[in-house]
Order: sequence, then structure tokens, then C-alpha cells
Amino acid sequence: MAATDNPPVLEVRDLVKHFPLTQGLLVKRQIGSIKAVDGVSFDLRRGETLGIVGESGCGKSTLAKLLMALERPTSGSVKINGRDMAAAKGRELKAMRRNVQMVMQDPYTSLNPRMTVGDIIGEPFEIHSDVAPKGMRRRKVKDLLEVVGLNPDHINRYPHQFSGGQRQRIGIARGLALNPEIIICDEPVSALDVSIQAQVINLLERLQNEFNLAYIFIAHDLSVVRHISDRVAVMYLGKIVELGGDVEIYDRPAHPYTQALLSAVPVPNPDGREGRERIILQGDPPSPANPPSGCRFRTRCWKATPVCTDREPLLEIRSKTDHLSACHHAESHDVVHAQ
Amino acid sequence: MSESTPMAPGTSDTLLNPAPPLPPSPGSRPGKAEKPASLWSDAWHDLRRRPLFIGSSIMIVILVVMAIFPSLFSSVDPTQATTCQLATARQPPSAMHWFGKDNLGCDTFARTIYGARVSIVVGITATIVTALVGGLLGLIAGFAGGGTDTLLSRVTEIFFAIPAILGALLILSVFDTGNMWTVTLALSVLAWPMIFRIMRAAVITTKSQDYVVAARALGAGKSRIMFRHILPNAVTPVIVISMINLGMFISAEAALSFLGVGIRSPEISWGVMIADARPRFLEAPSPLLFPAAFLSITVLAFIMLGDAVRDALDPKLR
Repeated sequence: MAATDNPPVLEVRDLVKHFPLTQGLLVKRQIGSIKAVDGVSFDLRRGETLGIVGESGCGKSTLAKLLMALERPTSGSVKINGRDMAAAKGRELKAMRRNVQMVMQDPYTSLNPRMTVGDIIGEPFEIHSDVAPKGMRRRKVKDLLEVVGLNPDHINRYPHQFSGGQRQRIGIARGLALNPEIIICDEPVSALDVSIQAQVINLLERLQNEFNLAYIFIAHDLSVVRHISDRVAVMYLGKIVELGGDVEIYDRPAHPYTQALLSAVPVPNPDGREGRERIILQGDPPSPANPPSGCRFRTRCWKATPVCTDREPLLEIRSKTDHLSACHHAESHDVVHAQ
Repeated sequence: MSESTPMAPGTSDTLLNPAPPLPPSPGSRPGKAEKPASLWSDAWHDLRRRPLFIGSSIMIVILVVMAIFPSLFSSVDPTQATTCQLATARQPPSAMHWFGKDNLGCDTFARTIYGARVSIVVGITATIVTALVGGLLGLIAGFAGGGTDTLLSRVTEIFFAIPAILGALLILSVFDTGNMWTVTLALSVLAWPMIFRIMRAAVITTKSQDYVVAARALGAGKSRIMFRHILPNAVTPVIVISMINLGMFISAEAALSFLGVGIRSPEISWGVMIADARPRFLEAPSPLLFPAAFLSITVLAFIMLGDAVRDALDPKLR
């Protein structure tokens, strides 16, 4: 884990985002809400990487949008260096955005096809005109291209003249331009070939060391998350069900959902692969508009007891584990190395 | 998409870049010689090879020159009453008068040439007005959404509900001047909702693109997002439809003039000429057939141009 003595740059507390469900043609009546993110709390320190994993629809991307202040939370706070970004507006919010930037999932849609690479990477300087004086900007864009491993002479090219991996590097350069402390990577490699994924991951790691960046790394590929993360949070239906260091999560998972996820990871070594424990969950995740009472995972959990229906398990360190988990029956169990 | 490669001197590329690129010296950097390949330059690259585009542009250039300098094409000025001789009315085509003479003894060829101006001016003006009004309102409605969008969309639906020819008849009978500006006004008033709808739909699609989200995450203001990110990516269908509309406006102008509510004599327009020649058509067909042929060719040229541009700009058709 990264040094724990430095104060967190990002503090997320009880973050909630409910999207209203409305009905009616003329008069819109609210008939319920999608609980996309429902009470998420965590800290992020300088130079640290927090991986967030979970299946589709668990609220990972909504969480990323909340952290970027692209969506307003229903309640809760997102504090950056102690200032609440979720409550900031106008000029203050614009200034705070300099500290949090984003690398998007799809490198083919995240770059404006009508702008040159120089314009795309230079745009942050135009928006925040006090960062770099006009005459310096082109020089800075070329430096950024060099930092992410692209040829600075290609500054006048258009995005479609680059490959997927190169485009993702352009996206990373744009994120770096304002010298942020936090970069939110929303599935930054899932649209790329495996060979290119490794290059981009290595670039992200190099940049982290060079600029002491803090990453929120959202992905559904557990091996990629393990490779880059210091800590990992597992999300299910809008809640964090388990949070701990990468070794804690991968070698001693406590929550049944994490154990099920890990048992599905492909293992490259054929020795002992047959004897490995496989947990196959029944059914689909319940609708986030109408989540189950108590523990949200109880409908698919093999450990569920009446207490899971009655009481919602809190995210805390439990007796049989060494890290945070939200399960009444939490118990460390090594799934990956099980025989 | 191929990367642009420096072209050898002497190819058609040098015609577009007046300053021919210097031959690469051993020390020159390759990055400098590259010209940026934007969507528009790609489209231009593609268009130059399309016979449809070349043919329609040549026709349009000729028509525009005809509209600006009709005297280059005809030594007779039909706006001068002295050039018409009633005694020679309905003369068939001859070496002196290629298209024959009309009911008043005026030279049909000269009148057809001079009639191009009205068609071109009405077509281009109405196109520009509808593209600006419809495009701007569509951009606002699509970008703002919510109440603004609802209000503007309902207003355009009211305009859509008016039958086009009836609406034009109404407007032209209220502003009864018989010149081309009222015709332009009537056509613009009735046609802008079409452009509005296209623009609004394109803006709504573009608004949710990742690069717009990325610009918002950087803290970009509304006007930057609208004019730097959304407009350049949403304007293509408007340009294509406007080009096709241009042809439609020209034929609509002729139709209104033929009905007697558009442009009226003594102004010269193809619609007026067709209307004037109609009663004696069987005796003297040429004063009707020639302006009608010019009209058809002009409309066709603009529609073909719009088609060619659409094919070149739509990456899905490549």
C-alpha cells in the first residue's frame, strides 16, 4: 500500500446518486428511482491507485462521473484536498477541475474528429488560460506528446490518423495537460488489444511515478486491476462490498461476491487449473430500481441467512478477516489458489 | 484511412497549392511536409474524383457566371423593350435567334440567359437564410433541451402543418410586390423548420459523444462546447440538405411565378417565361421548352451536387 502518512487528496463520503424514474406524458410523475450509486465512501492518497471492479451496471461509471462532477450527486460529498467538489459551482468548480482529470474508455469517440492533436491537447490551456502563456502552449503540447510516447512532429495530424493505442495516449496527454493530482481512468484499456493494453498500463504506471499521480482505475478485468492497483474496491449494485489492499482482496477475499468474481478469473497456469474451486452464481443481478432489503447480494448468495434479509451489512473489518467487507458471514477464503 | 503522403510535383495537387513543395532535402523533417488531413480535405480529395461532382459543379459554375454576367452570353439585352419586335413574334429557332422568339417578339435565348439570375439569387438567398435561421435555432434547441427545445419544436410543428404551396400563396398575396425578394421570404419562412429538425437531431446525437463529455470535464464553457465541439460535427447533414434544397427553391420559384403569384413581368424569370409561353405552346413550343430545360438542368445540378457531397462526407458510405 502507498504511504499512509500523507493526507488523502480525495475523500468520498456517503456518495449517493439516484436517477429518477418518471411516468406520464404531460405531467411527469416520479414513480421510483434507479439507485446507481448508493452510499459509497473511500479515501485516495497521493500517488496511490485505487482499483474499482464490479460487473456491468453496478455503478462504476456513474461513480466516475460523480467524481468528475459531470453529474450532481443526490447526497454525499466528494472532497478534493478538503474542498467539496460536489457543492462547488461556476468559477470555483472550474478551478477544481484542474485537479481531477479523466481518461475515457473508447479512444475512438473520446477525441473530436474535427480537431488536430495539437488542438485537442492544447484545449485545456485555452480553457484554463492562466496555466500557460499563449506563446508557450505549442511547446507544452509537444512536450506532452513526447511524455506519452508520441512523435511531437505529429501535432498537426487528426485523430483518425492514429491507431487505438496511440489515440489513448493522446487522451492521456490531454488528461495530463493541467497537471492534475488525480486521474480517473474509466476502463482505459478495455477497448484496446491485449498487446496494446500492456503498453498503456505501463505508460500509466510510469506517469504515476513521474508526476506522483493518484489514480482511480475502473475496470472489469480483474488481472489488469491487480497489476496496477494498490488497493481494490469491489462494487455490487451501487455499493462497495469489499475494500482492501490488492493482496488482501486477491488472496484473502472475504465477501462471497468477491470470491465468486475471483473464481471466474482465467488462470494462465494449467497446473491445478482443473482442481480449482469454481463458484457459479445463479440468476442476474437484481434491478437497481428495486434492490433487495438487507444485504443486496443475498438473492444470489449461498451463505444467505435470515439476518441478511433483515439487517444491511456495513462496510467494516470483521472478526474473520483483516480488511473492510460488507457481509454478515465474511470469512477469508483463498479462491485463486484453492485446491 | 490512409495517411496523407507528399504528392509528386506535377500531379493535380499542385493546382490547389499554388506554392509547390520544395524537394525534400536530406536534412528536412518529414513532419513539416505533411498537410493535415481533416474530414473536409478528405472529402475534397474524394469529390475531385467523382464524375457526378465534376459535372454538376461545371454546370453550376456556368449558371452562376450566367447570373452575374449575362451579357457575356448574349449580345441582346432583353430588358430593353427596343430589342423586341412584335412583327417577328413566335419566330421558330434560326441561326440569328437560336431559341426562336416569344409571343412579344423577344429573343428567347437572351431571355433565358437573363432569367438565370433570378433563379440563382432566390435559390442561394433562401438557402442561406434557412440554413442560418434553422441551423441556429436547431443548435439552440438541441443543446439546451428541456423547455427551450419543447417550445421551439412546437413552433416548428406549426410551420410544418402549413401546406407549402398554400402558405406561399398566402404570404405572396399579402406582400404583393411581384419581385424576387418576397419570393425568397416566402420560401425561407416555409423551409427553415426542415433544417431546424435536421440540425436539432444532429446536435442531440453529438451532444452525448465522449469528446463533448471530455470537454465538459476540462471545464469548457457552453459556447466553446457548442461552437468548437458540437457544431463542426453536426453541421454536415445541414450542408447536404441545404444543397439539395437549393434546387428545390429554384423549382418552387418557377412554380410560384408560373402560378402568377411569384415574380411577374417585366422581370425575367424562367417561371414567368413558361407561364407567358403556355397559351400558344402548340404554335410555338420553343419559348416554353428552353427555359423549362434550363430549369430542369439547374435543379438537377444542385441535387446531384448535394448527393455527391453527402456521399463524400458520410464516412459510412465509403
